Amino acid sequence: MISQLNSIPLYLICGGIVAFVAVVCVIFMIRAYRAGIAIGMDPGRLKRTLTSSVTFSVLPSVGILLGVIALSGSLGTPWPWLRLSVIGALHYETQVAQAAAEQVGIGSLSASAMTPEAFATIALLMSVCIMWGMVLSLFFNKGYLKRLAGGKKEKSTGKKGFGDMAMSAMFIGLVSTYIGSYIGGFVSGNGMFSFKGDLTPIIVAAVSALVMSGFIYLCEKKKMVWLESFSIAASMLAGMLAAILL
Amino acid sequence: MEKNYDLEKYNQTTHVIGRSATAVTLVMLVGAPFLIGSILGAMPNLSAAAKGYLAVGIIWTVSSVVEFLVYTPMLGAGGGYLAFITGNLINMKIPCAMNAREIAGTHTGTPENEIISTLSIAASSLTTIIVLSLGVLMLVPLQPVLQSEALQPAFANVVPALFGAMAYQYFRRNLKLACVPLVIMTILFTLVPSLISQTSIMILPGGAIAIVLAWLSWKRNKGEGK
Repeated sequence: MISQLNSIPLYLICGGIVAFVAVVCVIFMIRAYRAGIAIGMDPGRLKRTLTSSVTFSVLPSVGILLGVIALSGSLGTPWPWLRLSVIGALHYETQVAQAAAEQVGIGSLSASAMTPEAFATIALLMSVCIMWGMVLSLFFNKGYLKRLAGGKKEKSTGKKGFGDMAMSAMFIGLVSTYIGSYIGGFVSGNGMFSFKGDLTPIIVAAVSALVMSGFIYLCEKKKMVWLESFSIAASMLAGMLAAILL
Repeated sequence: MEKNYDLEKYNQTTHVIGRSATAVTLVMLVGAPFLIGSILGAMPNLSAAAKGYLAVGIIWTVSSVVEFLVYTPMLGAGGGYLAFITGNLINMKIPCAMNAREIAGTHTGTPENEIISTLSIAASSLTTIIVLSLGVLMLVPLQPVLQSEALQPAFANVVPALFGAMAYQYFRRNLKLACVPLVIMTILFTLVPSLISQTSIMILPGGAIAIVLAWLSWKRNKGEGK
């Protein structure tokens, strides 16, 4: 069965969809770059955005590749490659694939138990469960953004508007939630107030934050602005190295 | 800003391309299991898929609605379409776009922000596609290295490493604002540890607390400015 799941037709189907999405990304990138130049944005700033986004994404992408490898043992390589390149989310795929395997009656995700019907069903469920963000985006992105923009057009005073503060606040809430979950996991993860949970995520986050503070010092005080594009990636690398050393 | 460039037209075309690409991708993603099934000689079992959806899909549907409502304003039109097509929002696209916005110094709702966000998400998505494609091509030599025992803790902690760095970047300028949601969420996860598995949903109350506090602070500063 696993050889069928790794066959050339499957690579062609999944690779074709990945290629389509890559072309869409290139189209959006070229349009945005040209529009940026046309409205007078500094080309250096646009290029710095591209560089920082690429360096930022390399390490998480390698982490996602691990998800592909983890799933390839039971689902073959092409399907997990597609799933994690398009709409997929690392924390989602394994969980849904596992639950789907239980529903189709093969018990757990394993190559030996996999049947063509089980695979097709698991693949369908993996696509359907996570597609709703795309469906909402398809029908409501335009209207939702128009409505939000309508609320912002009160006045332009040059002062920082609430829109900026709200976005930063939402992100601070998001980061606080994750950091809170690491602390909560350590304190009560292995029994209420046992302080025997996993300490690694807290140390990793702390090391990463410490290294980031060094980069910000160099960028702001020593005027080494070029470091800005690599600061997050390098801080993450330091945090991840700490996880290995622990 | 140059006077001859028609931003309205740019935005309209972004929606046309974004909607078309989203629709085509959706059709291909839902169609692929049937096409693969026809090659393998068995169609998906729709009844099992429906049961599976009821068992695990509902929570992801709710999560998708939350993600759409929360992240679309952060990403703008172009970035939004791309991010929802390519996925991995929390662990990559959102922090990536916020980082790009920070570096470029753009403000929400401006054309500059729309452009920076789109560039950032497109570059990030292409990076993932390239890394995954290269990884698949070199799967045989890479597999033992990436799956080695020694490297596992590093890859299991990509998200804490990411949020540690981003926390410093954002908290240092908004320390008062960050303290309250951080303390409340920590207490909540400590008292109800089962919520840790629902962290992606818990972003909603965490974000709501921070937004309410930011609004109160903004109102107060506005009042003082009068």
